[in-house]
Amino acid sequence: MWTVSATLMPVLLLSIYNFGLRSLILTVISVVSCVVIEAICQKVMGRKVSVSDGSAVLTGILMAFVIPPGVPYYLPIIGAFAAIFIAKELMGGIGYNVWNPALVGRAFLQAAFPVAITTAWIPPEQLAKAPITVFLSPGSVDAISTATPLGVLKQFGMAALTDQFGSLSSIYYNFFIGFKPGCIGETSGLLILLGGLFLIFRGIITWHIPVATIVSAGFMAWLIGGPSIGTGNPIVHVFSGGLMLGAFYMCTDYVTSPTLKSAQIIFGAGVGILTVLIRVKGGYPEGVCYAILLMNCLTPALDDWFQPKRFAPPKAAPVAASK
Amino acid sequence: MSGFTFPKGGIHPDEHKELTEHLAIEEMAPPDQVVIPLSMHFGAPAQPLVKKKQEVQEGEPIAVVEKALGATIHSSVTGIVKAIEPRPHPTMVRCDAVIIDRDPQAPPRIYEPQDWRKIPREQLLAKVKEAGVVGLGGAGFPTHVKLSPPPSAKVDTLILNGAECEPYLTTDHRLMLEYTNQVIEGAKIILKILGIKKCVIGVELNKPDAINILTKALAQDSGKDDFEITAQGMEVKYPQGSEKQLIYSLTKRAVPGGGLPFDVGVIVQNISTTVAIYEACALYKPLYEKVATFSGRAINRQANLKVKVGTLLQDVVNYLGGTKDLLKIVSGGPMMGFAISEMDVPVTKTTSGVLFLDSSETDTGEFGPCIHCGWCMQACPMGLAPKEVALYVEAGKGHLTTKFGIMDCFECGCCAYVCPAKRPLVQFARLAKIAVKKHG
Repeated sequence: MWTVSATLMPVLLLSIYNFGLRSLILTVISVVSCVVIEAICQKVMGRKVSVSDGSAVLTGILMAFVIPPGVPYYLPIIGAFAAIFIAKELMGGIGYNVWNPALVGRAFLQAAFPVAITTAWIPPEQLAKAPITVFLSPGSVDAISTATPLGVLKQFGMAALTDQFGSLSSIYYNFFIGFKPGCIGETSGLLILLGGLFLIFRGIITWHIPVATIVSAGFMAWLIGGPSIGTGNPIVHVFSGGLMLGAFYMCTDYVTSPTLKSAQIIFGAGVGILTVLIRVKGGYPEGVCYAILLMNCLTPALDDWFQPKRFAPPKAAPVAASK
Repeated sequence: MSGFTFPKGGIHPDEHKELTEHLAIEEMAPPDQVVIPLSMHFGAPAQPLVKKKQEVQEGEPIAVVEKALGATIHSSVTGIVKAIEPRPHPTMVRCDAVIIDRDPQAPPRIYEPQDWRKIPREQLLAKVKEAGVVGLGGAGFPTHVKLSPPPSAKVDTLILNGAECEPYLTTDHRLMLEYTNQVIEGAKIILKILGIKKCVIGVELNKPDAINILTKALAQDSGKDDFEITAQGMEVKYPQGSEKQLIYSLTKRAVPGGGLPFDVGVIVQNISTTVAIYEACALYKPLYEKVATFSGRAINRQANLKVKVGTLLQDVVNYLGGTKDLLKIVSGGPMMGFAISEMDVPVTKTTSGVLFLDSSETDTGEFGPCIHCGWCMQACPMGLAPKEVALYVEAGKGHLTTKFGIMDCFECGCCAYVCPAKRPLVQFARLAKIAVKKHG
């Protein structure tokens, strides 16, 4: 858990550079409230207080990473309540939760504060010019003038997005490095990719879920993302919204994803397909959160359908019976 | 040589063999009193042949199993029977034992070498039975039974298990180095009893000296008898020495669940057992001495000792200079051995080692809930789902775990070794098996 959290620190640093100290403050508030709420829950429920295992810290970081940087400071506290109390401790504590707690927190906030969670974007360019005090002021920042690339894509189409960023190669560059409006920790495909590769290298996660998610999302985006079949831009879809963060850090949560590699590929493919379906055909510009939560529901079934291949299982008629 | 391994799972635990692998086998002076349990084998406990205050000779039978499955037990010293009463036992908690006070004046018994080649195979088998030889790898299955497979089984290969994949243990390693000829002669005796030609001695590659010495001895020996014996290095991976994994590694044959090695034409014998068979048939010496590794960092002097069966652990510890910072005693290897709570348990026929572990070698932390990381499923050499079994047991539904193949579990401990939540998955598996047997 601590290693996973550590690999997210570069993402946080870039976010502070992009969106100002608000990113750091929101993340810290989210982490602290997750840890405190978990400790209180465990104490009240008579469980062993296990906040030192780092899982509440990771939930806090991930939840902050999937909310916009311009939201009021009290929002992560409410999100932490939903994530830790409802999605984790009420389900039985670590290991027993069905849904990824950070995403439940985010989904709860989206339902409870639909305006803040979908409009409080800060454009990274604007940040460089604005005085830092603006971003430290309490309450929501008036940065509604901007929208996320996915929002632009949904409302105005690919041409408008290209206009906004100047050129297609500028889109690729900014999306890959992470200079674009978006949630606190999801803008940089590069840094998330590096962190994810480190986790794979260390054997903490395997490539199956992220690769399945990204490939299937890319394919679906190409298939239905454009004006006609097979004209969508997969790269824009893969590197926008929370797909990279979701693929490497949310989908790979041990508790809420299937155990076997074969089941993990189905799981990842499901996330990728659902994400693009929601983005393109659904009402929201972004779909990663709901796609993962939906696939989480399928995890117990996938675990049941896919059993490990056994070494020399018994034959139909017991051979040793003769003895 | 990496081809010689098993297909699924497995782990690489720290070996800790450096503590004892270079120490020659040392004969421990016999203790003043031995406590010989009447149950040191798979099957029914033996019935005593001796009475209290009776004089017994070293190597004299003191208990037999008449009708059921079992093995004869011999006195390991010359002396007088002091009592026959329940005493602590390494795996059965308590068990009836013959307690013998040793006569300090009695000289050690000498065994004259015999020419086993002149003895017909039926008589060799009878010698093995008379000597009370059992499988010394741990289960203690009577060897004379194992060496008489049903006529329907077409056995063509004998495998000697020199993998010794358990950390710490070095007895088979030392036996292969110091009793090389006895191992080879023992193999030939078994081949003669089985009426087959082919034998493979499987050794993990972390014992190159043993592979070398065996290969050399076999080369010198070739042509002397009409047998085909080879030594084969195998990949270092736990549990390479587990019967099914070993058979697959060396022959690529898979013993089906619930089956026995002879179903795929193989008989497996442990190195120590092979030496015991040699002594039974070529020296007429019964099995009442055992080479075992006494290791771990809590004992003052580690050693590979040849000990009289029935020697109390306390006597061994005194002989080896006592313990310090002792936290846990394990009979057998750290992966599959059993924890022992007292020092007055005896060394039995099946004791392959006793480990005295200190705080640096023992983890006494609490275990947490399963987070479904699936590492146990990757480590399981049988392709089972230990995490599911544990969850079922925790929910009181252990009897429903046959669908995860729980009866194929041989409790190697790979799952518990890799578990990041330190869950006692082997104990859960044992509970699941008990529940399955109870509720079918």
